[in-house]
Amino acid sequence: MSQASTFDVIVVGAGLAGLAAAYTMAREGLEVLVLERGEYPGSKNVTGGRLYLNPIRDMFPDLWAKAPLERHIAHEEVCLLDTEGAVTVRYDGAELGTQPYQSYSILRAKFDKWLGKQAERQGAMIVTKSRVDEVLFENGAVVGMRAGGEELRTNVVIAADGVLSFIAEKAGLREPFKAHDFAVGLKEIIELPRETLEARFNLQGDEGVARLYMGDVTKGKFGGGFLYTNKESISLGIVAGIEALNEAPSTIAASQMLEEFKLRPEVARLIAGGETAEYSAHVIPEGGLHAFGKFFGSGILVAGDAAGFSMNIGVTVRGMEYALASGYLAAQAVIRAKQKEDYSAAALSEYERLLKESFVMKDFENFKDSLHALENPRLFTYYPRLAGDVMRDLYEIPAGPKARIFPTIRKYFSVGELWGMGRDMWRLMKI
Amino acid sequence: MGHGPGYVEADEDMSNPLGLKAKLGLDVFKHDKEPHITIKAGMAGDQRLKKAIIVCPAGLYSENAQGEVELTIDGCLECGTCLLACGSEVLGWQYPNGGAGVQFRFG
Ligand SMILES: Cc1cc2nc3c(=O)[nH]c(=O)nc-3n(C[C@H](O)[C@H](O)[C@H](O)COP(=O)(O)OP(=O)(O)OC[C@H]3O[C@@H](n4cnc5c(N)ncnc54)[C@H](O)[C@@H]3O)c2cc1C
Ligand code: SF4
Repeated sequence: MSQASTFDVIVVGAGLAGLAAAYTMAREGLEVLVLERGEYPGSKNVTGGRLYLNPIRDMFPDLWAKAPLERHIAHEEVCLLDTEGAVTVRYDGAELGTQPYQSYSILRAKFDKWLGKQAERQGAMIVTKSRVDEVLFENGAVVGMRAGGEELRTNVVIAADGVLSFIAEKAGLREPFKAHDFAVGLKEIIELPRETLEARFNLQGDEGVARLYMGDVTKGKFGGGFLYTNKESISLGIVAGIEALNEAPSTIAASQMLEEFKLRPEVARLIAGGETAEYSAHVIPEGGLHAFGKFFGSGILVAGDAAGFSMNIGVTVRGMEYALASGYLAAQAVIRAKQKEDYSAAALSEYERLLKESFVMKDFENFKDSLHALENPRLFTYYPRLAGDVMRDLYEIPAGPKARIFPTIRKYFSVGELWGMGRDMWRLMKI
Repeated sequence: MGHGPGYVEADEDMSNPLGLKAKLGLDVFKHDKEPHITIKAGMAGDQRLKKAIIVCPAGLYSENAQGEVELTIDGCLECGTCLLACGSEVLGWQYPNGGAGVQFRFG
C-alpha cells in the first residue's frame, strides 16, 4: 500500500543523530516523522559513556539544563596496564570542576528516551517498533521508504540508522564494509550504591571520573578499556579492533577479554561488591576520513555513525558529539531545502558545506592518520611495561644499598631504545 | 597509591565472574518471529565463519564435530560484529523485526 504523506522529512533511527535532526527541524515547524526499530528511543543504543558539551552546547541551547546527564567528569585517569602491575595517572584540573562543565557521563537508554520526548514536544512524530526495510527511488532520487510492509513517501530522508547503515548502503552512498575500519565495544553496567561509589572514587557530589586503560587489556592488540562513573553505576568495558581479534599472537574470545579485564586488580577492586545489571555490545566506526562514503544524494542525507562520524584518538572514543552535530547540520540543510522546495543532490550538498565549516569535518581532517598511528603494537605492550619498570626501580628499596637512580633508569633509555621511541613518537605526531 | 575511604579488597562478587549465559540473562529480549541472522545455505563449513566464534560478544557461534559453524540466535546483542568479521557472503544479516530483539535499559 502506498500512502501520500504529509511529512516533509522522514528520519530513520531515533539515536542521537536522528533525534538531534528531528528536534531541530520540528522546532522550525517542519513536519517530521522518525522511524525507530526499538521499543523506545535508546533501546538499541550503546555508548561508552562520555558526552563533551563544548562543541555542541550552542546548537541546542535549551536542552542542557534539564538533560538526564549522569555525572560531570571532574577527574581524568589513564591507567597503563602491564601483565603485572600498572601505572595510573590522575588529572584533576580546576577547569574540569568549574561550570559550565566540559563533559558528562551518560546512559543512552535514558538520554535518548528523554531527547525523543523533547523532539516530540517540538512537534516531531516518533513511531517506534518500526524497522525501515527498503528505500524507494524515483528517477534516481530517494522518495520514501518501506517499513513494516507500508510505503511512506516524503521529500527527503535522513539516514541516522547507526554504524551499519543499511539505509545508506541501499541508497548507494557507501562502499561495502571493511572490517579493518571498525572496532567492537563490550560493556557492562555495574550497579553500586551512590555512597560507596563516591567514597571509592573520591568524588564530591555529582563529580564523576573517566578512566581509560591501555595495554594488557587487549593482549597487546589495538584497543583499550574504559570506566565511567554514573550516578549509581559504573560503565565498564573494552574496545577492540574487529580484525585484530582474530590475529596472532593470541586469539581469545572478545567476551573472555572483558572477563579477564574485570579480574585485573586495578579493575576488580573498583567494581567489588557491584552487581552487573546489563551487558551490551556495539560496533564502532573508526576508519575516519579514509572510510567515509557520500553524505548526501538526491532526496537523502546521512548523519552520525551512519556517515562514519566516530573516531578513536587513543584516550577516548568520540562519536556522540558528531552524531548530535551532524544531525543538527543535516536539519539545517533540510530547512533550507524546504524554503527553496528543492531536494536535489545539488541543493542538499549544503549539508556537506556545513559539515566542512563545522568542528565535525575539521576534527576528522586533523585526526585523519590517528588510527594508523595508534595501530602500533608497542603502545599496548612495550610502553605500559616500560612505565611499570621505571616506577618499580624508582620505588624499590632492596635489602642492600639502593643503586643511584639515574643509572638505574638510564638502562631503559639506551640509544637503540631511544631510536625506537623516536620512531613511535614520529608516528604519534600525526595525531 | 593511597586508597580512598571507600577502598575495598576485590571480593567474591566480581572475582567469581558470571557465566556469559547468566550475563545475557540480565538483558531484556523481546521474541522475534524469525531469526534475524542466518548462516547462508552451504556456507557452514566456510573458514570465514570461524572468526565469529572469537568476535561474537555473546558467544553465539560454535564449531560442531563436523567442523561446521553453528549459530544460536537467542541472546544476540545486535552489535554487528559477526557481519563485519565474516561478511555478507556467508551471513544473512538484518536487524530483528521492529520491537523485537534486545531492549537496553541503560545502554
Ligand atoms: C562501547 C562504545 C563506547 C563508546 N564511547 C563513546 C564515548 O565515550 N563518547 C562518545 O562520544 N562516543 C562514544 N562511542 C560512540 C557513540 O556511541 C556513537 O558514535 C553514537 O552512539 C552514534 O549515534 P548515532 O545516533 O549516529 O547512532 P545510534 O545511536 O546507533 O542510533 C541509530 C538508531 O537507528 C535505529 N535504526 C537502525 N536501523 C534502523 C532501521 N532500519 N529502521 C529503524 N530504525 C533503525 C537504531 O535502533 C538506533 O536507535 C562509543 C561507542 C561504543 C559502542
Ligand atoms: S550481532 Fe553481535 S551478538 Fe549478534 S550474533 Fe553477531 S556478533 Fe553475536
